[in-house]
Amino acid sequence: MTTTPTDTPLIGEFTAVTPSGPLEGARIGVITFPGTLDDRDAARAVRLGGGTPVPLWHADQSLHGVDAVILPGGFSYGDYLRAGAIARFAPVMDTVVKEAGAAAASSSPLPVLGICNGFQVLTEAQLLPGSMIKNDHLKFICKDQVLRVENTETAWTSQFTQDELITVPMKNQDGQYVVSAEELEAIEAEGRVVFRYVGENPNGSRNHIAGVTNERGNVVGLMPHPEHAVEAGYGPDDATGLREGTDGLTIFTSVVSSLAGGSK
Amino acid sequence: MPTIVVEVMPKPEILDPQGKAIANALPHLGFTGFAGVRQGKRFELTVEGQVTDELLDSARRAAAEMLSNPVIEDVVSVTVAEDI
Repeated sequence: MTTTPTDTPLIGEFTAVTPSGPLEGARIGVITFPGTLDDRDAARAVRLGGGTPVPLWHADQSLHGVDAVILPGGFSYGDYLRAGAIARFAPVMDTVVKEAGAAAASSSPLPVLGICNGFQVLTEAQLLPGSMIKNDHLKFICKDQVLRVENTETAWTSQFTQDELITVPMKNQDGQYVVSAEELEAIEAEGRVVFRYVGENPNGSRNHIAGVTNERGNVVGLMPHPEHAVEAGYGPDDATGLREGTDGLTIFTSVVSSLAGGSK
Repeated sequence: MPTIVVEVMPKPEILDPQGKAIANALPHLGFTGFAGVRQGKRFELTVEGQVTDELLDSARRAAAEMLSNPVIEDVVSVTVAEDI
């Protein structure tokens, strides 16, 4: 397996099944803003999921013909003003909003995934409802978190089973999901909660919400980090052993599969 | 230099975790008698020359579209201060 300078190998050899046929054609853009931290992990997760990661730059309006876009985690612009608030005005976001937004005339709008700070950027860009404020306990969280996958209709969750429980890392300080009462009701009624925290609410999020999707189901955002749970030996602990958890990988195999025309 | 001051506060219905932490800390330092604290933001936009109606309008739009997030915050005031 070859590597590129944008995908520094952490170990010698990937263990994921090598994709074949049309799956190799899935090109997934990963945006880097100033202060982004997890772009390389996200690119690596795309590769392990069978797609081809394409680095995208905040100041470049072009998406370079990618089939889907990931906004990774980190602290874009140092979280100045509000988390995600400045990144939203980056040139690349104009194109993301245009191609993914409700105004897009396309019958197949661009699939977009926002992880952690990427989720915050998507709410600031009004591609997703609600917003994030500081955790109710004001502490930075860093732990493995169990989530329930409640919507398997999105491009990013199509290969999960309904109500599947997954464990992925979570690490943030501004992770408390808030949304107006009316909008919360609409999100719940329309089944747009994609991921929900299981067990104790880790940060005071409304209705234990960890991730949501837009009306069309092409844009998904979540606070926890699936891209850190894609490789045995480097993920959360699971039943098979320490750090063996790879539950996050299904996010990336889902989008690759969806783009190749498959679903389940 | 004339300055346009924009004040932004968390919406009343949004619990303000920072304000709550400050409220809890006040009595420890002997500041008693305060029932609650809410923490907001103040922006000072300096202007070269006169504050025109256009500039003030522009500041109002910046306050609504960028300096605040309407999901969690309200723009409380946009005012002109001559000397800061």
